[in-house]
Amino acid sequence: MSETGVHSSAIHERAQKAMGDAHLQEAYRSSTLRLYSHRLHAIGQVPGFEPLRERARELKREVMNHLDVYLAQFADSVEREGGKVHWARTAEEACSIVKEIVKRAGADEVVKSKSMVGEEIELNHALEAAGIDPIETDLGEMIVQLSGERPAHIVAPAIHKTRHDVSDLFVEKLHSERTEDPEQLTAIARKTLREIFARAGVGVSGANFAVAETGTIVTIENEGNIRLCTTAPRVHVALVGIEKIIPRFSDLGVFLRLLGRSATGQKLTSYTSILTGPRRLGEDGPDEMHVVLIDNGRTGALADEKMREALYCIRCGACLNTCPVYRKIGGHAYGWVYSGPIGALITPQFVGINQARELPFASSLCGACREVCPVKINIPDLLLHLRGNAQERVPATHHAGEVVSERKGMRLWAWAMKRPWLFSLGGAAARFGIRWLPSAGGNGAQKWISRLPFYPFSNWTRGRDFPAPDPVPFRKRWEKLSS
Amino acid sequence: MANKSPKVALFITCLGDQFYPKVGESVVRILRRVGATVTFNPQQTCCGQPAFNTGFRDEAREVAVRNLDLFEDADYVVAPSGSCSTMFRVFYPELFEHEPELLQKAERLRGRFYEFSEFLVKVMKTEDLGASFPHRVAYHDSCHLLRELGVETEPRKLIKAVKGLELVDLQDNKVCCGFGGTFSVKFPDVSVAMARDKLRAATDAGAEYLVANDAGCLMHLAGYIHREKLPIQTLHLAELLERHE
Repeated sequence: MSETGVHSSAIHERAQKAMGDAHLQEAYRSSTLRLYSHRLHAIGQVPGFEPLRERARELKREVMNHLDVYLAQFADSVEREGGKVHWARTAEEACSIVKEIVKRAGADEVVKSKSMVGEEIELNHALEAAGIDPIETDLGEMIVQLSGERPAHIVAPAIHKTRHDVSDLFVEKLHSERTEDPEQLTAIARKTLREIFARAGVGVSGANFAVAETGTIVTIENEGNIRLCTTAPRVHVALVGIEKIIPRFSDLGVFLRLLGRSATGQKLTSYTSILTGPRRLGEDGPDEMHVVLIDNGRTGALADEKMREALYCIRCGACLNTCPVYRKIGGHAYGWVYSGPIGALITPQFVGINQARELPFASSLCGACREVCPVKINIPDLLLHLRGNAQERVPATHHAGEVVSERKGMRLWAWAMKRPWLFSLGGAAARFGIRWLPSAGGNGAQKWISRLPFYPFSNWTRGRDFPAPDPVPFRKRWEKLSS
Repeated sequence: MANKSPKVALFITCLGDQFYPKVGESVVRILRRVGATVTFNPQQTCCGQPAFNTGFRDEAREVAVRNLDLFEDADYVVAPSGSCSTMFRVFYPELFEHEPELLQKAERLRGRFYEFSEFLVKVMKTEDLGASFPHRVAYHDSCHLLRELGVETEPRKLIKAVKGLELVDLQDNKVCCGFGGTFSVKFPDVSVAMARDKLRAATDAGAEYLVANDAGCLMHLAGYIHREKLPIQTLHLAELLERHE
């Protein structure tokens, strides 16, 4: 049973826990570095990668500005090709729709391919509660499901597990022989899954892209399990977040060239499945194809003209791999299904800022994410905007050692900064006050303080010393300099 | 500007004023040496970024609005900080986007606001300031300077011109040092862990000095160096350019 609910306000505790786990730190360090380097190598081989990003961004902007039109076109196209479209406003509605389809198909288990929106709506939990067995068939998702966790990364759900961890897990849950050889571990998963694929009546997938013009669902993968999920069972259900739409089939080339390279550094993944409607007479494939279009907070983001840009995301995970904060605190610290810079951005929008107030602050705003984003989302700028929303709408939690609230502190600060004499007086007072603070000695003329009182200043000296202000501030020195 | 001494207003920054006034003195001497007339308006305090960075836009705006009128008499404004320069150049126009009159002022200011190294190389066309410093030095790209202002080659040109100096490559040189404004106290342990990585890269490269152009990064890194007694020192670029060893 995987954990459910949103735990984003516990980001500090979770981050702390992750930082204290040396094994986990190494797993994140090595895996993000590998993905990061592969991407860098792959994009270096594409002349005109930059115009490609620009084009993808333009296309996404176009879709988001007219999403109603494109969604209607997509739905019409799906129905025209013989598929069935379902609209889900919330996670609960989406889960009910899937449960209904599974029941009507007379199935008590479903094979699932990796789907972030599936994680988002907690489909597994809902199916289990209805007596339906959801079986994850993506290796990473299978590992995460077996260990009762959530994905720790948008693209690589089990990024936080080493092969030693996976070996232990398989021995415990699948009663397999102990091996740490990745190929043998994959073979164990494959053997377990093949039997299930052969008998499953319903396959549930996500979608990387949904083409409005043709009603096509496009998925990319390396393991072949999505192709099996979407073609072997009699019924295929595709879960599609409404932001996945692209206008035309010919636009697919732009996105496919970006996605594989940005995500894993591959020119193309091993499989690209292009699914338009259920099977035709005399062809293989499912008898029924259902497309569940899911809102679950997306139209809220769409309504905010500034934040709309967050919906351009094509879920490549490049911003996670490059983010120095994600690399340290890991995916689970973000407390929901989406992590890293994009998680900090969309989680508060999807679940409400009340439930994820701290997420926009979990960034040094270094901008590395924006640099790698294939659709050039200005993540640091949007995070800053969200910080404003957070401060306006949700009071900050009180911290131990806090004498004035952050808001009052900032008001006081602004009041002083508007008065140069007060600014100078503040500096003088600090110079006077520090003589009672624990000194950490000095190097040369610089004196250091080892412990500052009061939150948030006390947090500075948890792991660093704080420099004492210079005895003579610049504005005093200027008098001599100018004479 | 070639035949006339450009008038340069110094924006010292709040951290520069209180913690690194000697860096400010170096900046003034260097600017004069390359032919500028330097002015300093004592009415200045802070650019407003601490509030802006923390989501308090109204407070940031209150502090920022004063700064729009402080440097009217100068041809240029120069700050020894990439981050405060970014506040003026990138975030002020955003902060005043719905106030046309102030926006116009902000846009005018943006056009003549420069970070120190950028000003020397781009405007004053100077690279060699005659310094000599026979040490192994690594340069830390501060994030705002690098990504918001695109200043990457200018500081390196100035550093490379220092006689006897060996500029060593820093592994992962574009990774943030962990300061991040109020991030440094909101997520202190993550912030410090990032400093640890940055300084390990610097000491692994055999650097004796880590040079940067931002007081924020410098006090964060130097604070960690001092706490852990690491065999490396920090220097602001302006200080380096006045060394004669």
